[in-house]
Amino acid sequence: MSQWLPIAEIAAKVQTGGLKATELVEQSLKTITDKAEYQAIIATTESRARERAAEIDARVAKGEKIGRLAGVPFIAKDNFLVFGADTTAASNMLRGFEAPYQSTVINRLEAEGAICVAKANLDAFAHGASTENSDFFTTKNPHDKTRVPGGSSGGSAASVVLDLAPFALGSDTGGSIRQPASFVGCVGFKPTYGTTSRSGVVAMGTSCDVMGPMTRTVEDAALIYDVFAGPDELDGTTIPRDPAGYVENLDSSLKGKKVGIIKEYMAGGLDDSVKQQITASVEKLRSAGAEITEVSLPSLPLALAVYYIVVPAEVSSNLSRYDGQRYGHTYPDAKDLHESYNMSRSTGFGAEAKRRIMIGTYVLSSGYYDAYYKKAQTVRTKIINEFTQVFKNVDFLVGPTAPSVAFKIGATKDPLQMYLADVMTVGASLAGIPAITIPAGEAENMPVGLQLMAPARDDRALLGLAKAAEEQLA
Amino acid sequence: MKMTKFTRDDVLKLARLARIDLNEEEVEKFAGEFSSILDYVEQLQSVQVDGLEPTTQVTGLTNVTRKDEIVDYGYAPHDLLKNVPNVKDDQIQAKRMIG
Repeated sequence: MSQWLPIAEIAAKVQTGGLKATELVEQSLKTITDKAEYQAIIATTESRARERAAEIDARVAKGEKIGRLAGVPFIAKDNFLVFGADTTAASNMLRGFEAPYQSTVINRLEAEGAICVAKANLDAFAHGASTENSDFFTTKNPHDKTRVPGGSSGGSAASVVLDLAPFALGSDTGGSIRQPASFVGCVGFKPTYGTTSRSGVVAMGTSCDVMGPMTRTVEDAALIYDVFAGPDELDGTTIPRDPAGYVENLDSSLKGKKVGIIKEYMAGGLDDSVKQQITASVEKLRSAGAEITEVSLPSLPLALAVYYIVVPAEVSSNLSRYDGQRYGHTYPDAKDLHESYNMSRSTGFGAEAKRRIMIGTYVLSSGYYDAYYKKAQTVRTKIINEFTQVFKNVDFLVGPTAPSVAFKIGATKDPLQMYLADVMTVGASLAGIPAITIPAGEAENMPVGLQLMAPARDDRALLGLAKAAEEQLA
Repeated sequence: MKMTKFTRDDVLKLARLARIDLNEEEVEKFAGEFSSILDYVEQLQSVQVDGLEPTTQVTGLTNVTRKDEIVDYGYAPHDLLKNVPNVKDDQIQAKRMIG
């Protein structure tokens, strides 16, 4: 039972003075302290949050209109640049880094009155599927402290289920919102690539990075997305938003909706206990009137290999800016520039960051570029074409979000095994299509997520379907 | 493309390109891990992609430009330098490069 009302209701009550922003912030900060053992949070932005809350309450008292998220506290994954605390991306490389500007997503939420209270833990630089790659500490799954919350937005996901705030922000490059949401049992939405500004979010895989809400309900997710979605002149890869918005008159009915269940996701590599739960959930959608058919995307099993060539390549480029000269960690005893570069990077980056940088360097290097990077990007085209083809016959796709429930902390022994946790989420990332996970019961006493997808730019329709599905699965 | 096993030298070469110094333990560990990761992605070699172009971005946008106007974002140079490790007279102090 959440201590928070639905987000729109909180904002409405703050606007009328029925709820005080300052009290909401205190409530959130207290809960964060109470749940400290789960280690979801790296740092709070408490001073600034209290200031902003006081300001909002004062403006309300004067009869001013604040906005659609008036006084609503939230938690941001620590790769979002926010004032009031360091932005570390959970890496030693950015320990002590004070953001000189805020991310556009944060600015848009704040313009509507939302208040960031804390920064959530993640796999360092968003490289991971368990939050175990954080250079600081591992977040515990709220359902079982011996298990991971998933990653890389593990802290954000845990924050929602621990009820630390009404919502959290995550980023998703290959599943980093969806997989942890499914592991902890909350809603996680990865919008269409380009509808969310990447300005002010620590870059990972630029052609896949998308920002998104993590919430208790689809309705809340749609509202948060509606507030921050849309083009930004600071991000040249952004595309227009839906003129009808993402909140009003969503088509939330399952009747007659053509939904394809992805054959390749229901095959080997999916734990039986999860498969059972997904199958049962899909049956509930069918009984509510959805027309479920089996569809095939034969190249989809290649998506993980494509992803682990393309994204490390982009990571190697994006992380080249961390050179110890202008911000971030610097090696204090370097005698010249060369040593400064090498040792700053060597002592600042964790193992996974180094791994991805070097794999990326390899696949982009002379003699290997065509065989690896160019080939992977071409197979990416093949995958995208298969999605386009399948969407000629169905309007949505459904399947599991992750191949298993949350695994034990420390259980994953090698990097490749960890990469396999993303097998169901990377397809939508490479294609840039919207995908959302909603809670779909349990398996082995742990949450299971059901993943729904739609064609690119059909976020509105997807949110409507997800809302209907959420009701059916409740 | 024949798959080669990653040797110590291969890893050191990549580390040099990536400007990262590795210790012996890291070199050995990464050699094993990279061999295994690259074995996995090897499956793409045999995929037929005739007639397809690589996808570098999914939005279809081209030539996104802004007006050639100066915009004041309200940041003083001094504020933007607050994270620089070595600042002198509002300039980034670089390390010796030659000699």
